[in-house]
Amino acid sequence: MARMMPKKDAVIIGLGWTGAILAEQLTAAGLNVVAIERGPWRDTATDFNIGYMQDELRYAVRKDLFLHAATEAMTMRNNPGQTALPMRDYGSFLPGHGVGGAGVHWNGKTWRFQDTDFEIHSHLRHRYGARKLRGLQLQDWGVTWKEIEHCFDAFEYVAGISGKAGNINGVIQEGGNPFESPRSREFPNPPLKTGYPPMLFEQVTREMGYHPFPEPSANCSRPYVNPLGVAMGECTYCGFCERFGCANYSKASAQTTILPVLMARPNFEARTECEVLKVNLSEDGKMARSVTYIDAKGTECEQPGDMVLICAYGLMNVRMMLLSGIGTQYDPLTGKGTVGRNYCYQTSCGARIMLEGKRLNPFIASGAMGRTIHDFQGDVFDHSHLDFVGGAGISCDSTNGRPILYRPLPEGAPRWGAGWKQAAVEGYQNSMGIGSQGSSYPVKENYLDLDPTYTDRHGRPLLRITFEFPDNDIAMSNYMADQLETIAKAFNPKSYAVSRTRKDWNSVPYQSTHNTGGAIMGENPRTSAVNKYLQSWDVPNVFVIGASAFAHNAGMNPTGTVGALAYWAAEAITTKYIKRPGALVHA
Amino acid sequence: MDAKRSWSRRRLLASAAALPILAATAVALGRSISGELPWSPFAGDPPTPVNPMGWYFFNADEAAMVEAMVDRLIPADDLTPGGKDCGCAVFIDRQLAGSFGKGDRSYWAGPFLPGLPTQGYQGKLAPAARYRLALGALNRHVNETRKTDFVKLAADDQTAVLKGLEDGSIALALAPGFGGRDFFSLLLQNTMEGFFADPLYGGNRDMASWKMLGFPGARYDYRDHIDKYNQPYPLGPVSIYTMES
Repeated sequence: MARMMPKKDAVIIGLGWTGAILAEQLTAAGLNVVAIERGPWRDTATDFNIGYMQDELRYAVRKDLFLHAATEAMTMRNNPGQTALPMRDYGSFLPGHGVGGAGVHWNGKTWRFQDTDFEIHSHLRHRYGARKLRGLQLQDWGVTWKEIEHCFDAFEYVAGISGKAGNINGVIQEGGNPFESPRSREFPNPPLKTGYPPMLFEQVTREMGYHPFPEPSANCSRPYVNPLGVAMGECTYCGFCERFGCANYSKASAQTTILPVLMARPNFEARTECEVLKVNLSEDGKMARSVTYIDAKGTECEQPGDMVLICAYGLMNVRMMLLSGIGTQYDPLTGKGTVGRNYCYQTSCGARIMLEGKRLNPFIASGAMGRTIHDFQGDVFDHSHLDFVGGAGISCDSTNGRPILYRPLPEGAPRWGAGWKQAAVEGYQNSMGIGSQGSSYPVKENYLDLDPTYTDRHGRPLLRITFEFPDNDIAMSNYMADQLETIAKAFNPKSYAVSRTRKDWNSVPYQSTHNTGGAIMGENPRTSAVNKYLQSWDVPNVFVIGASAFAHNAGMNPTGTVGALAYWAAEAITTKYIKRPGALVHA
Repeated sequence: MDAKRSWSRRRLLASAAALPILAATAVALGRSISGELPWSPFAGDPPTPVNPMGWYFFNADEAAMVEAMVDRLIPADDLTPGGKDCGCAVFIDRQLAGSFGKGDRSYWAGPFLPGLPTQGYQGKLAPAARYRLALGALNRHVNETRKTDFVKLAADDQTAVLKGLEDGSIALALAPGFGGRDFFSLLLQNTMEGFFADPLYGGNRDMASWKMLGFPGARYDYRDHIDKYNQPYPLGPVSIYTMES
């Protein structure tokens, strides 16, 4: 028998960005909250230590802070005709593990999706007609820009985002992104300084008539105290952002923005190294009663609660719903069922530009100090005569010069042996990359479900990912590769090379930890798993919060929108749900 | 003498640092945290520098083969010493003797089925076992084709064998999902890891590769140089290892 724990008002599964935001908001509203986290407690001084955090082998190559496949793997295939096999090591994407989750080791690029993203189906159908969208499963998110803008603002101020507004209440601002949707005020901190490669990109793209601007960054440009009273430090451009925790208290994470306040509250408890196995439902399946978890000693425990908030990594949110019987599995043949629907990824391509006689010093870097243009983002540009919808941010990111993984070579140079070292030295100081981070739009064949064969260490089925880059997205990405080529030529480089997105999504080389969808929000319970407040249509005392709720993925990093959705759900819970528990939207 | 004294001091520091970790872990098992930010002194997890003496995984024959191979992959020239003198073979040995070699972080449950290229490695062998199998098979291949051991070949002939592995013209059927080309990829990856990682792991001796590239290593603060475009960074590299001493 499971050991029964005292009941709480709310049980949160996972203590990363969304879990910490929900816990902070709910405890501030007076609720008793427990967060149950599979991984260890982690904090800056002890786990992101300035004496040894700059260890590329340990953190970037052996992936010390990440979820390891031994703990939880997933299976993958490119289409339903194939047999899915386990990714025996994570490669294409790298989920987080432990307190702070993937918010510990992100680069810190903190975008807002555009107003048209939230109403994408209505917008595109109105502009281009329904035929243009054939084969795509695009749908509106159920929430509008006007409703959610203040939640982006809340996240950006808590996280101390550094950037330059491009549009404040409809007035275009010099130096910012003129294509962003209207924001209510300026960023809390000015933009970071930037390194040499992004500055060259800014000069070249401005001369071409584009609109470069500084990426919004969760790496703080100056000392900052957030609205919760938590202090952050100034970014030192150390070049150890992505895959690392920040030893400078500069990169926003649950640790550097929320936990110091949250942990001090007597009505909050974090239980670490405890893995939730499932959410237990009432006999009729319409209410969650509790969660079952296994603690580090192997003891099975049951934690009852009035509400269960599923706040794990997006993919794990979907798996937790399926393992618990919350909602119905999506079936790609019939289109019925909603859990697992609209799984999307990111469609990227890049170009490498080789200059001559430069000192680019790529090691002087921050995860989000780059320069970007949004002239080809979303539906900013006219798609009438193009064979796709969607868009991309085109950036020069220059996030690091760590030499195990960052060793660009001139085209045709040897990879080892005689002549290799000279080429490596030339490439290190003269090569720079530019990239296109493109949208990923849903099609009916891309989905998530439980694997029929492979199980985890507790005997539960692994999540199965069925994904292939849709033709629409390949066409979009090829268009972006053409833009990259034009930009690369404008550098007057010694040489350049463009790499395009190819079919057959490969799970081995790293691409992006921007896995979205599977438990999407929407207006209709037949086509979405959660309503506009991220509340389960089927089990109304369960909220599922994360990128799992994205109905599609835009050409931007997801965390800013994930943070906004977390504040949006928290507001619905604290202002609506706890006053009158039950479904917040009646279908 | 100086080197020896500083070495033992480092070991002492490393082992002293290990004690509180054990204590912290015992407390931390499935713990409940409420009312405060938990913190205890020395609760970090610093790395332990590699002791360069001897072999932990390779036998003498394997070690000699790998030393020759890393010297072919990273030849000595006026930029750096060779892969062997930079410690790359010691690095690989220690990695294979530890968590990486055992595949502790990978998923090893069956069934084991042949996979598609998009599905990654689907064999049963962890990296250490892959090395043992491949080094033995490669030397047997050289015995059969050239009537001698790999280590006794002239350097150019060793290079030719490695090129043959890389381009697939020497096809070693080793294990399901793991052939000669795969071994070459693994060897090249691990050699470069050793050459470019912090010296504390046994390779990159004297930060030779960092000096070659102009990478300042573990400095962690470039605020004074971020906007000095196109100018050489004035300071040499530091490592976590040297920071500890």
